Amino acid sequence: MTDALTRLLQTRDWLMADGATGTNLFNMGLSSGDAPELWNEEHPDRIRTLYKGAVDAGSDIFLTNSFGGNAARLKLHGAQKRARALSRIAAELGRDIADTAGRPVVVAGSVGPTGEIMEPMGTLTHADAVEIFHEQAEGLKEGGADVLWVETISAPEEFRAAAEAAKLASMPWCGTMSFDTAGRTMMGATSAALAELVEKLPHKPLAFGANCGVGASDLLRTVLGFAAAGSERPIIAKGNAGIPKYVHGHIHYDGTPDLMADYAILARDSGATIIGGCCGTTPEHLRAMRAALETRPRGPRPSLEDITTRIGGFSSASDGTEGDAPARPRRRRRS
Amino acid sequence: MADENELILSELPDDELVTQMQDDLYDGLGEEIVDGVNILLERGWQPYDVLTKALVAGMTVVGNDFRDGILFVPEVLLAANAMKSGMAILKPLLAETGAPKMGKMVIGTVKGDIHDIGKNLVGMMLEGAGFEVVDLGINTAAEAYLEALAREEADILGMSALLTTTMPYMKTVIDELVEKGRRDDYIVLVGGAPLNEEFGRAIGADAYCRDAAVAVEIAKDFIARKHNQMSA
Repeated sequence: MTDALTRLLQTRDWLMADGATGTNLFNMGLSSGDAPELWNEEHPDRIRTLYKGAVDAGSDIFLTNSFGGNAARLKLHGAQKRARALSRIAAELGRDIADTAGRPVVVAGSVGPTGEIMEPMGTLTHADAVEIFHEQAEGLKEGGADVLWVETISAPEEFRAAAEAAKLASMPWCGTMSFDTAGRTMMGATSAALAELVEKLPHKPLAFGANCGVGASDLLRTVLGFAAAGSERPIIAKGNAGIPKYVHGHIHYDGTPDLMADYAILARDSGATIIGGCCGTTPEHLRAMRAALETRPRGPRPSLEDITTRIGGFSSASDGTEGDAPARPRRRRRS
Repeated sequence: MADENELILSELPDDELVTQMQDDLYDGLGEEIVDGVNILLERGWQPYDVLTKALVAGMTVVGNDFRDGILFVPEVLLAANAMKSGMAILKPLLAETGAPKMGKMVIGTVKGDIHDIGKNLVGMMLEGAGFEVVDLGINTAAEAYLEALAREEADILGMSALLTTTMPYMKTVIDELVEKGRRDDYIVLVGGAPLNEEFGRAIGADAYCRDAAVAVEIAKDFIARKHNQMSA
């Protein structure tokens, strides 16, 4: 039997994912510094409200509240032994909402980065990373997640470890990286590099793409980069609703629902199949995005200039995919 | 590799050796940096000159290329580790010789956040620039920042956050300083991927630092201004 996401992808030519988790939980009273995953147990009603907000706004896919639910991150809150259980509950709550939605909705088990640097730069071994991800993957699977959703990854090694964990858990998966540093990930990976990496994995994702990063414009440039790499695999675009500002004591992202509606259309025209938001994207933004995707016709693939004109400029001049990335001339090199 | 390409560090004149060390730092070659530092010291260089002319100058190039999107975190980590191995030799000597100090910074990743890559880079680059750095690690509560600032008689507070769920905590720490009447005792610098300049201003920080290289520039600038005020 195929999974729920594959079935949806067979019947539709675009799907809408959800918006933010963390910033929406803030609006429900989460304090900065606290682990959102603990709310799966402490405030299951609020987590259901979060999920339902996305589903009611038209999301076909929503992510579980388990982004930081791996042992490496829960350690901070003394909850490292609870990674599997908290992830399971996150998915169980999601299953309830999806099964009563009255239409097919995919529960995607969110898997965020470990926060550690992998060998050889750092200390986290491949085997340990796989184990950390695998534990969480089993919890999400037990709770009824349809797919695993690996997100906000910076290091190709970590992406590979997560892919291996998905395979160990026999789960279909999707994976996105965060391109937040001059158009690349913090570790220097370009959109083209991710497109290439994905096809080399033994357990390939159903879809791949970008989430978070800087603003909606940068994210679209990254999507264009995936498309230019010639990938046949569905592309995911989950950009932030603008950039964060501090207003009246809380974080507010400056992207309006109208801007995100334009972003959604541009993402689809750029080649994305699964379109959603990330930080700052509320159900109000999602409703505007859904309406735009349903009513506005497809257009030609936008140019970088089109993107700049319609939703704003980029954070850097280049994203490293043009092949003429600046390199520092070396005086000499020793053997 | 052909032997004729082999460079013998100890045979290079000072100026070429220093240039070579800057290249080696750029390439993250720790052993070569240790060799270079020892050779310069044997030739009678002051530890402070080795630090500034070879290591800091080299890290400045690394920092600039990081800022300009030519180098990324892995390369900078390698360079910083090479720098560290050189610093391990120089640190005790610098203390002995009473080399000039730029200032003292207390740095940490805020409560709820374990991301320390950027914070570590800032710490290493500032040490490289001659600052004394007290690193509180990750998941730092407001009380821990305040206690360390007082204990260390620090000039600068550096806070880092990578998550939208933890960045508001920086405001909590600054508010705590304001409440205790100590906000003006320190220069407060903030950084992290989701932040921006406007955010830094809105929460009451002195500056937002886009990356580690910028953090060094801003820290130097603020310290210089502080000294000017004191002597005025």
